[in-house]
Amino acid sequence: MSFVRFENVSLAYTEDGPRAIEDVSLDVREGEFVAVVGPSGCGKSTLMKLVSGLRLPNDGYVYVNGRQVGGPLNLVGMAFQAANLLPWRTTLQNVMLPMEIVEPYRSELRSKRAEFEQRARAQLAAVGLAGCEDKFPWELSGGMQQRASICRALIHKPRLLMLDEPFGALDAFTREELWCMLRDLWQAQPFTVILVTHDLREAVFLADTVYVMSARPGRILERREIDLPRPRDLDLTYTDQFARHVHALREHIGHVRKH
Amino acid sequence: MAIRQKTLMRLAPWAVTLFLVIMWEGICVSFAVPEFLMPAPSAVFKAGIATAGPIFEHATQTFFTTLVGFALAVAVGLVIGAVVGSSPLVYKALYPMLVGFNSIPKVAFVPVLVVWFGIGTVPAILTAFLISFFPVVVNVATGLATLEPELEDVLRSLGASRLDILRKVGLPRAMPYFFASLKVAITLAFVGSVISETVASNLGIGYLMMSASSSMNMPLVFAGLIVIGAMGVVMYELFAALERRLTGWAHRGAGAAL
Repeated sequence: MSFVRFENVSLAYTEDGPRAIEDVSLDVREGEFVAVVGPSGCGKSTLMKLVSGLRLPNDGYVYVNGRQVGGPLNLVGMAFQAANLLPWRTTLQNVMLPMEIVEPYRSELRSKRAEFEQRARAQLAAVGLAGCEDKFPWELSGGMQQRASICRALIHKPRLLMLDEPFGALDAFTREELWCMLRDLWQAQPFTVILVTHDLREAVFLADTVYVMSARPGRILERREIDLPRPRDLDLTYTDQFARHVHALREHIGHVRKH
Repeated sequence: MAIRQKTLMRLAPWAVTLFLVIMWEGICVSFAVPEFLMPAPSAVFKAGIATAGPIFEHATQTFFTTLVGFALAVAVGLVIGAVVGSSPLVYKALYPMLVGFNSIPKVAFVPVLVVWFGIGTVPAILTAFLISFFPVVVNVATGLATLEPELEDVLRSLGASRLDILRKVGLPRAMPYFFASLKVAITLAFVGSVISETVASNLGIGYLMMSASSSMNMPLVFAGLIVIGAMGVVMYELFAALERRLTGWAHRGAGAAL
């Protein structure tokens, strides 16, 4: 039984408007790390909105955890290219935000605040932000802000993490550092990840399965299993095996570009 | 060097004020300008001391009508701003009305208020309110309407209600806009109450200036003007300080420079 399932899903943002995605079908197992790559404007972000229930499809069905998606689901955590931390809150308070909204934590917050804060501190420490709890977001570097943003996405222990080009705005070195951070988080405590990106190396390094989407309207062109052994090390990205996967994916993108 | 720069910054407003007063005095004395046209600062000061009692009494009246009108404007402005800012439909529906109303010179509206409420304090409060609520509405609405869609998505995907989003993100985010509008609104509120007092009241600085000018007592008129200006500056600074304290996160660039 798949955890996330798309059955011939299509979505147009306006009636009679062009379709953002068309006839998309895919299956994600629980605990699987999936990456979706494609040229810009291929409807990758639309995919995220469909899974998280922010948008409902015009055609087809989206199932998460065996049930059809009919509205926002709080078993999902999300992070975007911009960290979107609230500048009037400290890092710790930012990470605590979902606890103030998601049930059952919300009603328990008053009695268990200390316990939840402890959890947030542990989460921050796990991504290398120990000691930054009381700093404000603008006192953190871009990479640190993105780490905090991922902590915020994970604090309510979602079963599905949705990442929309989370490392797109970072420099190459910071990006690789954060790949490793995400890899470690995922390996320590498995959850399902759907990572939207246009960095093919990122997709191959992190994911179990990579889907390639076409330009608008977005369609799935290719599903590729990345059979590289885990745990994966950054050195892996310089091997022939790794390069072959990247090349194969790149060919599909190149094909997309010509049309 | 940095310390000298800092002292200079602090002294500059006082130095400019002093310079203008001296220029004014010099021009009045050297060209022998008659007092009923343009009184010298020394004459204004003398008139101020001589009529300190009545000035204080009228200034207190103006101050309180202004504050009451301003408080109403803040309360109503916040509510309307929150509604307009969080619903595009209400925004569309209400905006032409608000802009149209704001374009009416409030002095033209005072006679209507007098017919409804009689002369005196009530029209002054209402004029202060009417003239100062618009900037609050516009700023709060702007603060709310410019919320980043990704941030809204994050919250909605967690199952946040519209009220949750308003409380956790919308309102805190709109606070710098709100405080910026308070500084504008408080000075406008003084304009409103004084306008109403000059047209329809027998109390307040506006009334005092009207009666002084009808007896050609120009030094007293100028003393009144200066008192209004001073009250405006003090209140503006008060809200500026409040703004720096409560929304420092939005002004960290300016805060670092000071």
